[in-house]
This record gives sequence, C-alpha cells and structure tokens, in this order.
Amino acid sequence: MMTATNAIGWPHAAEPIEFDVYRRRADFPILSRKVHGKPLVYLDNAATAQKPQAVIDALVAYYTTENANIHRGVHALSEQATESYERSRAVAQHTLNAADTAETVFVRGTTEGINLVAQTWGRANIGRGDEIIISAMEHHSNIVPWQLLCEEKRARLRVAPINDDGELLLDEFEKLFGPRTKLVALGHISNALGTINPVSQVIELAHRFHARVLLDGAQAVPHLKVDVQALDVDFYVFSGHKVYGPTGIGVLYGKRQLLEAMPPYQGGGDMISSVTFEKTLYNRLPHKFEAGTPHVSGAIGLAAALEYVQAIGIDRIAAHEQELLSYATEQLRAIPGLRLIGTAREKAGVVSFVIDGVHPHDIGTVLDQEGIAIRTGHHCAQPLMQRFGVPATARASLALYNTADDIEKLVTALRKVREVFA
Amino acid sequence: MAELRDLYQEVILEHSKRPRNYRTLAGTSLSAEGYNPLCGDHFVIYVDVEDGRIRDISFQGSGCAISKASASMMTQAVKGKPTADAEKLFMDFHRVVTGKNNVGVDDLGKLAAFAGVSEFPVRVKCATLAWHALRAALAGEKQAVSTE
Ligand SMILES: Cc1ncc(COP(=O)(O)O)c(C=O)c1O
Repeated sequence: MMTATNAIGWPHAAEPIEFDVYRRRADFPILSRKVHGKPLVYLDNAATAQKPQAVIDALVAYYTTENANIHRGVHALSEQATESYERSRAVAQHTLNAADTAETVFVRGTTEGINLVAQTWGRANIGRGDEIIISAMEHHSNIVPWQLLCEEKRARLRVAPINDDGELLLDEFEKLFGPRTKLVALGHISNALGTINPVSQVIELAHRFHARVLLDGAQAVPHLKVDVQALDVDFYVFSGHKVYGPTGIGVLYGKRQLLEAMPPYQGGGDMISSVTFEKTLYNRLPHKFEAGTPHVSGAIGLAAALEYVQAIGIDRIAAHEQELLSYATEQLRAIPGLRLIGTAREKAGVVSFVIDGVHPHDIGTVLDQEGIAIRTGHHCAQPLMQRFGVPATARASLALYNTADDIEKLVTALRKVREVFA
Repeated sequence: MAELRDLYQEVILEHSKRPRNYRTLAGTSLSAEGYNPLCGDHFVIYVDVEDGRIRDISFQGSGCAISKASASMMTQAVKGKPTADAEKLFMDFHRVVTGKNNVGVDDLGKLAAFAGVSEFPVRVKCATLAWHALRAALAGEKQAVSTE
C-alpha cells in the first residue's frame, strides 16, 4: 500500500511495493486504453511518463479536501495545504539527498530551473570574456538560456564534443577548461541518445578549475539514484512529469551558500519578508525563489510520484529497464537497414534510430496506427542531430511499466514500416 | 478507422522515392524555403515566372514521404500554369487535405491522392509545406516560411 500523500507527517520510508511489471502496469490507468483500436504501447517516456493512480488520487484528494493558499492563512485549510506543500518539498529533498529543504526550490520544470540559474547566479557571476561549457548532446533548454546569458554578458559558450557512439570525449572536455571557465552545464542523461554522462568525473574536473556545475537531471531522476551530496554538484534540476508526476512542477537543487548569495528570480508575494517602497527584504530560502502562489497540487502530486518510485525502489526500476534496453537493442539491431543513434557503453532506456530510406515521421505514423507511441523528430537537440548528420530520429524510451511484449510489438511494427516503404 | 494505405497511396510513395523536378534552377528570380521545425522537414522551392505564368519550377531538400511527394507532385501540377491558377489549386488542395470538403477533388487530378491526409491531422503540415513555400516564393518573401 502507498501512504496517502496528503497525510500529515514527514517523509518516512514508504512501504515497499513488489516489482512485478504486470501488477505495476495496473497502477497506471491510461495503459489500459486503446489507440486506433489497438492496446496502447507507450514508448515515449522520455517526453513524459504516465501517471500512477497514487498520483492521480493525491491530486484529487488535495482539491477535494485541502485546497487553500499556502503560507498566508491562519485558517485550518491553509495550514494543512502549507503542511502538505512543505512535506512534498521534504520528499523531493530526500529523493536528491539534499542536506536541507532550504536547498530544494520548486520550479515549473527543468527549463525553468535552468533559466532561474542563468538569470540569477549567471547574471551575477558571469562577466565579459568568461566561459561556460556545455556539451554537444544538450537539450535546447540547456543551450538557449546560456546563449542568452552569453550574449548579454559577452561571455563565451564552449561546446564539449562527443564520439560517434554519443559519449563525451573527456580529454577534449578537459582541454576546454581555462582560467575563465565559470560554469559547466551538462545533461546527466541525454534524452536523444540515452547516454549516461560520467558526471562525477566532470564535477571533479570542473571543481579543480573552480568552475561550478549544473546538471540537467530531467532524464536521470526517473532512471537512477541521484545523490547531490555524493556528487558534490552545485545545481541540479529535474521535471516532475518525467518521473510519473504532474506537469508544471519540478525541482531546482542548489548548494545553500550559492542560493543565499544569488539575487532573487522573480519578485512578488511569498518571496519577501518585508516590503516598503524604499526597501524590500527577501524571504529566507527556498521561498526567496518562489514568488507568487506556487503549484501546490503539483508539488503534492510530485511527492506522490517520488514516493511511488521509492516504494518500488529505483534500483529495481533501473535493473528492469536495463534488461529491456538490452533486449530492444538486440532486436532492433537485427532489423535490416536500421541504424541506432547513440550506442554509448553507459546508457539508460532510450533507443534512437533511423531506417534507410524512411523518414522518422513516417515511421511514427505507421507505429501510431498500431497503437505504439514513440517520439520522432529532433528531440529538442538540433545540434546533436547535425552531429550525427540526420534531420531527425525515431526514439523509443522506456519506463518501469514497459514489457518485453512492448518491444516485440515495436519490432513487428518496424518490420511493417519496411514493407510499406520497401 | 483511418487506413495507412489511404495516406500512403502508391503514387505518393512513388513520388517520395523518385521526386520529379528535384534540382535547383539556375538564375531564377524567385525561391523560398519551407521549414517545419517540428520534424525538421526543409525544402527550397525555385520558380521561374514569366508574364504571370510559371515557366519552370523545381525543389530540393529533405522531409518525410508526404512532404516530399507533395512537393514533387505540386511542381508537376503547377508547371506552365498562370500563378493565379496555382493559387486556386492550393486553395482546393488545402480544403481537401484538411477535410473541409471534397468539392475540389475532381479538379485536383493526381493531387487528389492526398485526400487521405485529412484522416491524419498531424500530417496536414507535411502535405502543405511545399505549397506554403511556393506561395512565399511567388509573393517574393525573403524569410523562410515556417509551419509553426
Ligand atoms: C534532457 C532534458 N532536459 C530538459 C528537458 C526539458 O524539460 P521540461 O520541458 O520539463 O522543462 C527535457 C525534456 O523535454 C529533457 O529531456
């Protein structure tokens, strides 16, 4: 049994849930629907994951019994809502193993988290001629905010290259560091390739050069254990919707002394401790960065999702996904004319591919007719597509509820693609 | 239920594999780019207009089967026609692929093969990309037209 998320009480180890994939599928109501008359095969998890009943229930329970604005009322509902919201923060803190809830800021998602750091820490710390290093496999949300900053500050954006398997070239990476390097912004796991980057090594390297590190954890939190203290990472961001939670909520972790020194992001209610027309005092962390009424139900839903994952055990989820990844890789490799894009040794459950003579968009349409949802396109990583010389790829991405049967259906449909376009 | 074969008609598959008028036109006065940022489809349309008539037309670029076949068949359909007729053809084509009505189907000739697109709303942009670029070229627009 899952613990009710809106119950008062700070996070404690959730009751373990057995990991039988078919039982867990039953936790996700959407998986029983049909698409074009066929049972849904959902393989677009890197775009967004489906939601278990526990998350849906938490949202309904909040709006049914607790809804109120937080941090502002003396009435019972406001107190309860505040308690639930802050409890959710503690769940997020626990997930990342942050030292303190003060270091756990709720944001809209990865994109907002990165923009927040760029606009506050970045504007305060990056000057003319300074350098920011990103990699060739970044999502647009970990490219554009830094480009904007570099343009404004006349700083320089440097791009760490990758090899043909989609792995960082660490030697080349190291050569990019210099006295002006202020920040490394790197994806923990690539959404388009599945590559798991050697983030500990990168962090150690960056710290040797006194540079800060931001990790984009959008694809990592759903698939592996993240420990921000063990990593010694400076900033870490992720989105709730990719880890079985609601859209519109995510988390920014920042080291306390960095967050303390940063100017606020947006001004408004909640982020202040006192306002006069002459001078405003900012609220303490993390509220300094949470102007306005936050996404209370989103935070509560996210906590329910994180507790669901915790109850199953992220290591068991990872093991299941790794097994499916090996199976999918082997099966797809056997399809004539299919080329995998992203063959790193360390990979999460993402298989990107192209098929000779068939545009990914057409692959996507044929699969959709079979009830199979995959992503086709540039995956918000156009520079990466250019690196591999393809306009787009087709991508199947895994979650805890995918099965070998899903992979078999995918493979059968891909063979059909070859027939239609032969 | 929509059938794949309705979308991927033989003639469409054939044109996507062997596009006609797939080249640049040297010295043409008019050209325009069409770009679909969603899927990365990207074409350039070259048109040679003389006395209000499309004397020659060609295209180059990359995209899915639907967008490529549509570009190829469009060049065949409008070559030699007055620009006003090309515009009218676009209107009819657009109505048919968006499923607004089938009034224009008879006038569309081979292009009627795209009627199945109306069952696949997300593919309408693929079918109309080259047409939007053609209109931009005829209007003398410099900026790439985008489907978004
Ligand atoms: C690696 C990566 N970074 C960032 C993002 C952006 O996340 P969001 O759209 O939730 O802000 C995504 C997801 O689209 C992603 O996969």
